[in-house]
Amino acid sequence: MLYMSPMKIAAILLTAFVVCMFAAPNFVPESVRDRWPTWAQRHIVLGLDLQGGSHILLQVDANAVRREKQQALLDDTRRVLRDARIAYTGLAQRGNSVEVRIREPNDVQNALAKLRDLSQPLGGILATTGARSVDITTNGNLIQLTSTEPAVIERVRQAVDQSIQIVERRVNELGTVEPLIQRQGADRVLVQVPGLQDPTRLKALLGTTAKLDFRMVDTSVTPEQAQQPGGTPPESELLRGTRAEGGALYVIRKQVLVPGADLTDAQPGFDQRTGEPIVSFRFNSGGARRFAQATQENVGRPFAIVLDNEVISAPVIREPIIGGSGQISGSFTLEQANDLSILLRAGALPAPLTIIEERTVGPGLGQDSIEKGMLASYIGSAAVVIFMIATYGLFGIFASLAVAINVAMIFGVLSLLNATLTLPGIAGIVLTVGIAVDSNVLIYERIREEVRAGRSAISAIDAGFTRALATILDSNITTFIAAAVLFYIGTGPVRGFAVTFGIGIITTVFTAFTLTRVIVALWVRWQRPKVVPI
Amino acid sequence: MRLLRLVPDDTRFDFIRFRRISFPISAVLSVFAVVLYFTHGLNYGIDFVGGTLIEVQEKDGRAADLAKMRATLGALELGEFQLQEFGGPSNVLIRIAQQPGGDDAQQVAVQKARAALGEELEYRRVEVVGPRVSTELLAYGALGMVLAITGILIYLWFRFEWQFALGATIANLHDIVLTIGFMSIMQIDFDLTSIAALLTILGYSLNDTVVIYDRIRELLRRYKKMPIDELLNLACNSTLSRSVITHVTVTLALLALLIFGGQAIHGFTAVMTFGVVLVGSYTSILIAAPLLLYLGVGQNRGSDDDVEDKPSRP
Repeated sequence: MLYMSPMKIAAILLTAFVVCMFAAPNFVPESVRDRWPTWAQRHIVLGLDLQGGSHILLQVDANAVRREKQQALLDDTRRVLRDARIAYTGLAQRGNSVEVRIREPNDVQNALAKLRDLSQPLGGILATTGARSVDITTNGNLIQLTSTEPAVIERVRQAVDQSIQIVERRVNELGTVEPLIQRQGADRVLVQVPGLQDPTRLKALLGTTAKLDFRMVDTSVTPEQAQQPGGTPPESELLRGTRAEGGALYVIRKQVLVPGADLTDAQPGFDQRTGEPIVSFRFNSGGARRFAQATQENVGRPFAIVLDNEVISAPVIREPIIGGSGQISGSFTLEQANDLSILLRAGALPAPLTIIEERTVGPGLGQDSIEKGMLASYIGSAAVVIFMIATYGLFGIFASLAVAINVAMIFGVLSLLNATLTLPGIAGIVLTVGIAVDSNVLIYERIREEVRAGRSAISAIDAGFTRALATILDSNITTFIAAAVLFYIGTGPVRGFAVTFGIGIITTVFTAFTLTRVIVALWVRWQRPKVVPI
Repeated sequence: MRLLRLVPDDTRFDFIRFRRISFPISAVLSVFAVVLYFTHGLNYGIDFVGGTLIEVQEKDGRAADLAKMRATLGALELGEFQLQEFGGPSNVLIRIAQQPGGDDAQQVAVQKARAALGEELEYRRVEVVGPRVSTELLAYGALGMVLAITGILIYLWFRFEWQFALGATIANLHDIVLTIGFMSIMQIDFDLTSIAALLTILGYSLNDTVVIYDRIRELLRRYKKMPIDELLNLACNSTLSRSVITHVTVTLALLALLIFGGQAIHGFTAVMTFGVVLVGSYTSILIAAPLLLYLGVGQNRGSDDDVEDKPSRP
């Protein structure tokens, strides 16, 4: 056990050295590191609890996606039947389905054939399963269309993908450093923005759907009349103005003149006459043409700019707007105008996002945590080292050396994995220091026992290693199982603890099996001891 | 240089007979912990019940006026809320119970609270957990405990005989029960970090138990005729020095974290210190080892003579 070939010793030392060196990029300034090749740039990322920042988990409103999909199915059904000139009645949503009754029994087969075109085979991995987007059933002349569950799931998945892109654009507008935006699970988006003092604005930007439409105001009824039961014309709806507009009610046509998707640019600015903040925008060519046509037809009548079902403003069209650009004035503050233009530039979310979890740590607390974590690490490590040297003398120094290399290797592996270091993660490292010396304690105590059993120094050391290593492996695997489970269930700081603790166990076992042996083996070869000094 | 010897060579403590005291003590404490859990309850943190947690600090080290803050927040009618000094007179921890009305309602509550408290304070931490996430986290936490215990049980079963696996599991469930009792008495926030602390205690305590079990297994192979209680005692005594020294090093590390690690991980380290320092080693020696007596370990040993210096492992 004690004899090791020079090759093996060299390999062990080299491995330990290389792993330790992976930690090096953490100790050079970022400006220097940026000029290194990318493989050498891997480094530990400080968790949000240490550097301060916001962790926000958003959920895509799957029900809204479902509703929207059903509305689209209803509209498609109407269009298909109209185009095919098939007389129908009672087209409506019922539960999760769309129902329609075909007037002439002879038309049912024809209608079915046409409606089947609405059911597309689903793409992606589902393509091979033959799954389709719509289930169609008939009962006499009643046809029932239902979006299949895979189709809804697929649509939610798309909505999450689109949301991620849009959220990315919005967050980048805030000018923050290294925001992290990623999908989480089937219908969630995780946003992590480091170093943010106040997340209120970020949350407002994330929580707004920003669906902007240009529509006409319905002047056939007054808002008061529309409030009566059945008072709202079927092609219109009653919407409230924004708070800045006094929250007045408007009757707005459902038909959209120009959708917000046709905007190509939006910028905050000031109205040249009144001096109040505005948002000026430009349409793409399609939008410009439609807007020009609509304003030409409706001179003298009010139209409405509707954002997320709230009327921002409802100006009267004084003259046709044919240039493809315009401005929105809605009694904004400068910041509101700024945020609205960010939202319009980034585009609308396909479905509303709800904040389901938020964890924000201010930079002050983060700095405190770093300082306290470091202090605890130094004191804890120093105490352990002093105790080990007091107990085992020279062998205590060996143990401390092994633990120091062990910790350096933990940092190396963390860097290699680009892992996140959190405050509980630091606690995990300190705990590893406490537990890592256990492997040395096991070996040394075993050596003591073997000496007492009457073995010679070298034979006792050899037997001590042989017998202790099996125990070290057994005892560390149980702890590792706990760390692995924790990694699996944990998020954020807790996962940071599982990472350092788990890596710590692996490096501890590696150190016990290799480095500690090399150190002792070299010492034995050098000193040829007659007695073991422990 | 004279080296420190915490445990003299060749101790002959009768740990196994001590079970007549340790078993009743543990039984009483475990029952007490369970009763506490059901009467006093756990102080569930927002991870598991949802709600809002805000840590604020008065600027320039001024002492916070808790009564005034309480009045300000009370006027908002946000339901149940608590204020607590946190690590110093200028730091205050505010907890607001989960608001009815889903995830959006929680955000509204935070905005209201923040607007009422004003921007004169430093907002050191704001955590909002909605009902959906808290339900999931609770399920994950419970799942984690079950997974960890099952995984470790299976590993021990493979590595040792089933009696050892069962003994270790009973002993370590006992640790968890006592620690939960401790959290109930101290009303330490029970959240995701508590689960981390519990799993660490589980891992550490098992680590300790496995070291002793390993030795018991070794002795069982070596001494075929030694009475089992004597053998268990020998195993505990011959590993005693290691148990004590490792215990000291882990305690030193944990105390450093507890004293200097700051408020943010105070609950986490307090729970771990209790579990590891007070319970872990006690369990391994005085519960896990004697338990094997009742589980019928070593009854099927051959009747060969004792083999003094056979290698412990093939």
